[in-house]
Amino acid sequence: MDDGSELSLTIAHIVQRLKGSHLHSQIERRAKECLHQPDIKLDSLKEDVRSFLKTSGWERQLQNAVYRELQVQLPPSHPAAPPEHLKEPLAYMRAAQAGWEKRVLKSLNSMSTELGVPLARMRPAAEQKELANKWNEMGTDEPDLASVRPVYAPKDFLEVLVSLRNPNHDGSEDVSVRSHWGLVQVPLNVRDIPQLRRAFSELNLTSGQLGIDDHAHIHPDLFENEYVQIGKKVVMEQDSAAAQQYSRQGCSTGLRADLWALILNSNNQPQDVMHYEQLTAGVIQHDLLVDNLIYKDVKLTASNDDYYFVFEDFLYQVLLCFSRDTAVLEHFKYNSATPPRSFIQGKGGEEECAVVYPPNGVIPFHGFSMYVAPLCFLYNEPSKLYSVFREMYIRYFFRLHSISSSPSGIVSLCLQFERLLQTHLPQLFYHLRQIGAQPLRIAFKWMVRAFSGYLSTDQLLLLWDRVLGYDSLEVVAVLAAAVFAFRAENLMEVTSLGSAEAVLADLSTLKVMPLIQIFLFATAI
Amino acid sequence: MSGSSDDITPVSCTIKPPVHLQIGDAKADAAQSGVCVVDVTLPFGKPVHIKDITFKNHYTASVTVRLLRRSPGQEAPAKWCTALRDLPLMENPHTEGGSQDYCSVHRAQMQVEPDHVISVRLILRQPSSAWLTFSLEDISIFPHNPEKEVSDWLSDLTLVEQHPDLEGLTDPQTVSSSIQQMWALTEVMQTNQTTASIGRYDVDGCYDIKLLSLT
Repeated sequence: MDDGSELSLTIAHIVQRLKGSHLHSQIERRAKECLHQPDIKLDSLKEDVRSFLKTSGWERQLQNAVYRELQVQLPPSHPAAPPEHLKEPLAYMRAAQAGWEKRVLKSLNSMSTELGVPLARMRPAAEQKELANKWNEMGTDEPDLASVRPVYAPKDFLEVLVSLRNPNHDGSEDVSVRSHWGLVQVPLNVRDIPQLRRAFSELNLTSGQLGIDDHAHIHPDLFENEYVQIGKKVVMEQDSAAAQQYSRQGCSTGLRADLWALILNSNNQPQDVMHYEQLTAGVIQHDLLVDNLIYKDVKLTASNDDYYFVFEDFLYQVLLCFSRDTAVLEHFKYNSATPPRSFIQGKGGEEECAVVYPPNGVIPFHGFSMYVAPLCFLYNEPSKLYSVFREMYIRYFFRLHSISSSPSGIVSLCLQFERLLQTHLPQLFYHLRQIGAQPLRIAFKWMVRAFSGYLSTDQLLLLWDRVLGYDSLEVVAVLAAAVFAFRAENLMEVTSLGSAEAVLADLSTLKVMPLIQIFLFATAI
Repeated sequence: MSGSSDDITPVSCTIKPPVHLQIGDAKADAAQSGVCVVDVTLPFGKPVHIKDITFKNHYTASVTVRLLRRSPGQEAPAKWCTALRDLPLMENPHTEGGSQDYCSVHRAQMQVEPDHVISVRLILRQPSSAWLTFSLEDISIFPHNPEKEVSDWLSDLTLVEQHPDLEGLTDPQTVSSSIQQMWALTEVMQTNQTTASIGRYDVDGCYDIKLLSLT
């Protein structure tokens, strides 16, 4: 396959996807309007319109939209490849994901039957009115959720990942002889430290980092002041690619909200606000069983969290709207998961009555609300908060709870974490394994949430800066390994899983960037 | 690039069962072989100009393509030649990357012109002992037709000159012009078709659901 035709395939793919978007019609309208301007000449029409779009900033918007498409969804790698190959190329991973989904659906079905609550129903008018009135204070309502339990928790999911096997992989060697002592037994390719050093070169010891070089003891003129000035310029330029590159060394608190929105190309246009209002109407109209799961999850996690409890009402709004958003379904083209299906009651099993449940196809699990909670520190306008969260979800977070071979997928992250520990702290790994405290059993919950709810918020946002900057979740696995390395001395002393967990129970005092930097660049290899 | 291969049908060919290379007595030797040969014979008496060879990988690390070609017009015996040597299909033979991917070998990638081919031999290699089996699936060979710029149905149209009974029908000119107008309208509709969805999840305002379907 030559580069030229591959490029034209990508271009055709992007044109197809941008066609009919709001941006497309906006640019078209502007181009039509500019024809009335005196400096547009008929004999150089094409160039004049083009330069008009350039000077009026529309070209940059188009660039950002194209950049987003390139990051989010690549065209199928080969014309003969079926759609499920784009979801996940490995057949046994697809099968494992399908099996896991079936379990989740069964559990949701049985919860619905046990509680006698339908999965979805239209709210009566009075109830609709009541909900609309208390939209901004949903937290004050204390529905009886004692019988509702999360559909699954991260540790259930870990068991599935641990049992994952490639049927074509030679497992004939004696288990005790096998070189891998870890829990994940899938032969995926994960990067080792030299490869990570090359990939994350901006994090090296000589380049300045927010999260290290903005420490109170360091004079701001050395790094911080100039770096913040550059950040302001990046925001002014409104260039997604530049913002992403900038984010690799961290975003300052004042600019982070703008920079992240720019990287994700969610600019909160009037139509986004309208879309959000439409979703709100959907929440008011229909009552879903998953709403109870969301309530319960927020109550169990964010409301109990010292940093996040103040955002309880925001979380309900965003998560309930998220569950109604059919635009999220788009991401199932490249997600190994498949949205659950059902049929409208009383309309038979015809294909036109088939619907996706919940409307966005995502069933929340225990801890799901922690993907939103940190973003509440950045955006106080619900529609803006919502659009940034949705974009974060369809780019990154979905990978943390679906079984796939993607380098940012949870399976790869688990394997990478285990490999890093085995390679660089073999004694520690061996010790923990001997006392029955497999490191992954402790670190898994951190990684599934991308550390949200475990680190202090300023540190978490510094970590997520790098996730966005490198467009990869690998740094999450690196941090998990770095935390073990940091606590290695204490961990070598423990003799049980309980005491190992106790050593690693509180991560809120850790400074993430020094840990990552030392682990990647100051460890002998 | 085989993007256009959708509208070309592959050559009907016989794919022989894979033969694994073994040293000594194959039955006595328990060690797995890392080399495997798959022969693909093209229809007898009809040498093919190959456009591309498409397949789905199954844990093969690299592939070599050899062609048996007959020089046109001569009675000389056909000759084997190597068209492509060790094309990597997996990033790392020990890990999954590329292990189940779809792949095409295009004629531009080959070192010799893949014309007048009567047989194709694929030599598969897998140096890693991590895998129980390795093979290529869904092998298809697409023909290359350099002379045929005009597709078949167009040339067929000029060949078959039919004069059906036209009496009592409207003037074909006016029919065609009005049809052209309609065609232009549908084209406009099609180009303006939006990919954006309207975001409804209910069916006629109804979203009452009892159970999720497990199939």
